[in-house]
Amino acid sequence: MNKLSRNFTTLFVLLVFTCTAFAGTKPPSEGDLLPEIVLPVPNNLDHQKYLGLPGEGSFTIPKIKARIVIVEIFSMYCPYCQAEAPSLNELYNKIQNNTKLKDSFKLIGIGAGNTTFEIEHFRKTYNISFPLFPDDDFSVHKKIGEVRTPYFFGIAINADGTHKILYSKQGRLEDHDQFINILLQGARLNLN
Amino acid sequence: MIRFFNKNILLSLFVFSFYSSAFGMSEAYKDNIYNPGTLKPIDSVLKVKVREPAPDFTLPSLSGEKVSLRQFAGKKNVVISFVPAAWTPVCSDQWPGYNIAKSFFDKNDVILLGITVDNIPTLYAWTKQMGKLWFSVLSDFWPHGAAAERYGVLRSDGVTERALFVIDKAGIIQYIHVADINVRPKLEDLVTALEKLK
Repeated sequence: MNKLSRNFTTLFVLLVFTCTAFAGTKPPSEGDLLPEIVLPVPNNLDHQKYLGLPGEGSFTIPKIKARIVIVEIFSMYCPYCQAEAPSLNELYNKIQNNTKLKDSFKLIGIGAGNTTFEIEHFRKTYNISFPLFPDDDFSVHKKIGEVRTPYFFGIAINADGTHKILYSKQGRLEDHDQFINILLQGARLNLN
Repeated sequence: MIRFFNKNILLSLFVFSFYSSAFGMSEAYKDNIYNPGTLKPIDSVLKVKVREPAPDFTLPSLSGEKVSLRQFAGKKNVVISFVPAAWTPVCSDQWPGYNIAKSFFDKNDVILLGITVDNIPTLYAWTKQMGKLWFSVLSDFWPHGAAAERYGVLRSDGVTERALFVIDKAGIIQYIHVADINVRPKLEDLVTALEKLK
């Protein structure tokens, strides 16, 4: 191979690498699969029960016992996430108080760049009942395209363990009923 | 020529691989945050030490009053949080975190002074995005960075380090943390330092 072709080959490989790297920074959208996100099984027994994940170790989001999982990417340091916290508690309570939704919908939060101490402080400050997970090294945040916070994913979990993203949007949730309906329709769930 | 081109591409890739934003930017700031990329972690030499008296300063605050460190002597412990610049990543989410951590400060009889080298109008517009802050925000704009320089946290490009100083009621420095400018200090480290105050 002459020097010119060698240089072009190197250039091509680098360009492919660059494109791949940038493709990975885009948040997954509706219809996509969620990147593999491994989270620790919570120590809190109520949270284990809520997620249907007894024991220890780690899990991936499609292992949660639910038909639809709502994931909030938040940060204790984000003013909009702070403002959104009471509203998310309302969403959680709305789901938990509805016998038709309760077993099908689960809600979790992942704190981008937040330590365990920081998410626990966030939980106490806003009296949050659903499970929150730290992502102190931004490893989850990098996998999902370094989104701004808050960011919401709605994920349909099928009976065979497969899954699909139904909702992928930045910014606060404006209308909870509309949001729940989008997820129900996307998952083709009729809970009536 | 091609070799030059390849070298530059490699350099660009290297830069991009470290440029990726290792911070969780809040939607609160929309597209108004300027990203300077990854900076030299620390670019100054401290002029103070733990167990030494904290240098005094008097700076204008957002509320319009002048604030001096000495006014808290004998009354309150003080945390000084220098952040590099308004409208930049990491800085923009450090103070909103402290804004919901007031209980740790109250419990240990501590007040917080947030300082940058930005002028008051800039600080006004920037902190307005953070919600109502419970602590004082001071401008070390003119003479430029004079307070930061006294502590040895003024960088060569005129912004400050991301630095925390905990000063007790006797005016003695009890904790110093000059962080990598690209990384937000962990809340628990500051809380541990606060809990050691008498």
